[in-house]
Amino acid sequence: MSAFPRVIPVLLVSDGYLVKPIKFDGSRYIGDPINAVRIFNEKQVDELVICDIDATPKGTGINYTLIEEIASEAFMPVGYGGGVSSAADAKRIVSIGIEKVVLNSIVDRSPEVVTEISDALGASSTVVSVDAKRKLTGGYETFTSRAKRKTGLSPVDAALRAEKLGAGEVILSSIDRESTFIGYDTKLIRAVTEAVSIPVIALGGASGIPDFHEALDAGAAAVAAGSMFVLNGKHRAVLITYPSPAEVRGLLERSY
Amino acid sequence: MSVSVVNYGLGNLGSVVNMFKRIGTEVRLISTPEEVASSERVLLPGIGAFDHGMQLLADQGLDTALRDFAATGKPFMGICLGMQLLLDRSEEGITNGLGVIPGESLKFESAPGLRIPHMGWNAAVPQHADPLLAGVENDNRFYFVHSYRVVPTNSDDILTLTQYGQPFASMVRSNNVMGAQFHPEKSHVFGMTVLKNFAAL
Repeated sequence: MSAFPRVIPVLLVSDGYLVKPIKFDGSRYIGDPINAVRIFNEKQVDELVICDIDATPKGTGINYTLIEEIASEAFMPVGYGGGVSSAADAKRIVSIGIEKVVLNSIVDRSPEVVTEISDALGASSTVVSVDAKRKLTGGYETFTSRAKRKTGLSPVDAALRAEKLGAGEVILSSIDRESTFIGYDTKLIRAVTEAVSIPVIALGGASGIPDFHEALDAGAAAVAAGSMFVLNGKHRAVLITYPSPAEVRGLLERSY
Repeated sequence: MSVSVVNYGLGNLGSVVNMFKRIGTEVRLISTPEEVASSERVLLPGIGAFDHGMQLLADQGLDTALRDFAATGKPFMGICLGMQLLLDRSEEGITNGLGVIPGESLKFESAPGLRIPHMGWNAAVPQHADPLLAGVENDNRFYFVHSYRVVPTNSDDILTLTQYGQPFASMVRSNNVMGAQFHPEKSHVFGMTVLKNFAAL
């Protein structure tokens, strides 16, 4: 019901550090996640998503110590993703001060867990990440485990499944566009937002405010970005930035 | 200017404590009736179910200590579940609340398109001027997560209203006892301003 457009930084953590992969591959060291959270506090960020990209692919599991530290430092609601594979995991994460859990691999492996989490915590705390990639033959397919495992579902079907299982929102990620700064895949956003009634958060490719407008116009309820908020300039130097409250307010005026 | 945050075993108090530190307020975690009695001002946080929260307070003798504290006239604020515990009762449980603000908590009535819990950013519209709202009277937004809404017996105790399907009391105040339904510690600059105002009362 809230009318405020959300602009959400998505931070990726590997081995306890912030990293920035490109197109879901490799990882460049960015810095200390706690320091980044403190900077985002100063920037008045309305929501933050933090994903541990080792938890499932490398089997490192959930780093509760880091999550608790992040929850203690964050002056805004936080979504956590990475290795969440049961309602018990999700409840523990929420009990240490995180507002939402982001689910990916488990949605494909054990879909019923999404419903269990949604029943236990509410749909608003249950977020499903749909990671989509263009097929060479046209159309899209979705993946889990940092683009390593094919699900066999199109993004529309994956999002519809998430909604049916009880997810309160979907983070729709374009694998092809991560860290490319070429703008959101609006065709992908339009297809998914037309199919589902839950909010869709667009991720992948943003380089500036005009891209946010495009994603919102394509039907996204909120916009997310990674690289845009942590890498800057021609040389993509590490520098944490975030639009001013006036710029975020401008999105509201434009999108209604 | 010091704030005591009641630690009775509910949730992570890290961000509340850190936010007071960030403001420059002296903050301590307290968990005994004696510590409540010796406090300048008390903040009661809380998440989860009403009866569970009251039970934990009662187990540690904090329910009586907090009622006594409210009677001293010193500033006493509840946030989220902590706010609901200030009232007489809740539809969520059978245990009596602290009863330091007359009224009760009711579940949001479900309606088409209205998700319960109410979760997300929303505005709190002041119903009258109050030092607690200094600097956040206009264009504010706060982060909410709750399924129950407080209904004070005395409508003058409603400090702000928020719209979610229907208008509900998002902040209440009766003399020295006050409450906020949202999470100030997760509402960055807006929440920080409210906590700063509380610390200055």
